[in-house]
Amino acid sequence: MAQMTAQQPVSYRLTPGRTVLYLVVLGLCVLFGFPLFWTLMSSFKTPSEMAAFPPVIIPNVFQWANYNNVLFIPRIPVMIWVMNSTIVVTLTTLGTLITASVVAYSFARFDYRGRDALFMITLATMMLPAEVTLIPQFILFYKLGWINTLKPLWVPAWFGGGAFAIFLMRQFFLSLPRDLDEAALIDGAGYFRIFWSILLPLCKPILATLGIITLIGSWSDFIGPLIYLNSPSKFTVSVGLQFFNNSPEVGGEPLQHLLMAACILSMIPTIALFFLGQRYFVQGIVMSGIKG
Amino acid sequence: MAVAQNQQNVPISSGPSWVSRAVGAQSKTQTNKALWGYVFSLPWIIGLLVFWGGPIIASLYFGFTEYGITSAPKWVGLANYTKAFTADNLFWTSLGRTFTFAALYVPVAIVGALLLAVMLNQKLVGTNIYRTIFFVPHLIPAVALAVVWTYLLQPTLGPVNAFLRDLGVENPPAWFTARDTALYSVTMINIWAAVGGNTMLIFLAGLQGVPQELYDAASIDGGGVWAKFRHVTLPLLTPTIFFNLVLAVIGALKVFTTAWVATGGGPSYATWFFALHIYNQAFLYFKMGYGSALAWVLAAILIVFTAFQVVTSRRWVHYEGA
Repeated sequence: MAQMTAQQPVSYRLTPGRTVLYLVVLGLCVLFGFPLFWTLMSSFKTPSEMAAFPPVIIPNVFQWANYNNVLFIPRIPVMIWVMNSTIVVTLTTLGTLITASVVAYSFARFDYRGRDALFMITLATMMLPAEVTLIPQFILFYKLGWINTLKPLWVPAWFGGGAFAIFLMRQFFLSLPRDLDEAALIDGAGYFRIFWSILLPLCKPILATLGIITLIGSWSDFIGPLIYLNSPSKFTVSVGLQFFNNSPEVGGEPLQHLLMAACILSMIPTIALFFLGQRYFVQGIVMSGIKG
Repeated sequence: MAVAQNQQNVPISSGPSWVSRAVGAQSKTQTNKALWGYVFSLPWIIGLLVFWGGPIIASLYFGFTEYGITSAPKWVGLANYTKAFTADNLFWTSLGRTFTFAALYVPVAIVGALLLAVMLNQKLVGTNIYRTIFFVPHLIPAVALAVVWTYLLQPTLGPVNAFLRDLGVENPPAWFTARDTALYSVTMINIWAAVGGNTMLIFLAGLQGVPQELYDAASIDGGGVWAKFRHVTLPLLTPTIFFNLVLAVIGALKVFTTAWVATGGGPSYATWFFALHIYNQAFLYFKMGYGSALAWVLAAILIVFTAFQVVTSRRWVHYEGA
């Protein structure tokens, strides 16, 4: 994002037209910002403030304990969901980064029969909706006895990480000079060593981009966990949140304020990651838009 | 990464060059390198076969069977497809809901994202902050998005209706909970989450790629703000618009999570989208054969729409230097 604005000098000129523009932009900021602000405020409310009429926007006293309590609700194991999601997201991201870069290295640097056809098939898989493969994949994992385990959610990522990841990495490998490979080859390095010690360290920016995109996608994924997981102790945060939403009371105690805290918890990783890696994230999106 | 250790002595029995010919290489070094190429692409070759190729063929086959997962698939010919088109009321209902959603979502999301991008390109003070605020909704996981909006749009206690009542609206809408507003409410929250997201960022990058000289030239010719937008910005942005349009249509026709969480497809099937119908048939009733047939209907719709856009794009998409 920093790069995108560097070419853009700010203008302080204030004409009537620009005043209107500022007002519109501020209005839009409220429109886009208020729902999150309201959720954040609600996560600090008491149950009675949550059910008050007319609605209370800012809680009287901030209930910081909500964030402790949300982790220990009977029959709603938020803490376990966070752990399950962490496992899935970590293994998915690692698998994608490692195997997509190895496969992309093969596409970018090696000549062999069938390579271009394989690459075209790879791109073609991006066109097909996941719905078509979902049912047979479910049956496959069912036969393997993997239903109600986390494996169906992360194991596929270790087989190339998908067409988008391979494509993104391949384009980056193509931009690295081949002299590097040749010099290393003359020095006696093998192909794997060239990949691991010479090229991969140069790929850090694109690995960051791919890592952030994969992580956000995996953390937010809903259909996968919805299909494969059926007991609350196995849920990830996204399906867990839906389960929580459907049972907003436990033993007659209203829990809506804690549900709001759980919503905020579910957003923290994606939003925090975006802020930490804005530059890499935006580059990836823009690259996919321009080259894709 | 065990391959690393024995990479120097890849098994090539030097003499007969049928291996070389098979891999499309001329020399021994090239053959060796080509074989390494296969080794490195192996994870994906296996992935393609196990998670794509195999499932695609299986899914085509299941579409012609009755298959309840616990028993073996039973061949029924075209019965699933006939049933979908003639005997399943919810099939047409769900297609209608999905197309209504897409017809509302796609234009508003695309035009909205373009307007936001143009606005952010006006060299305002604090542009970085506005862009971040517009983008953040896109980062909210779809489930949290639906849960949060369920509470915001709660008919009696929700802050949105409280605000509307303060404005003097006597009977504010019941949003997700009423049959005639649920579909629009689901559309609205999807637009809210998407309009400042990737689509806007891609437009913004496209706008910043428009050369200043063209605007200067248009100014010399006496072009006003609208003329510049219409005759400089818009033509140069058509490839970006096309890309965003294709993605938005595909996304809209696959809409699932927000409706599943916020309304569960209701009330009385008002938000019963096609993806919900597939999910219910396959994973609630375990009709894997019928579900597969429905999935192929969705795939066919997506392919037809994408192909239509690609063909018609030749008339309106302008590629610089092409």
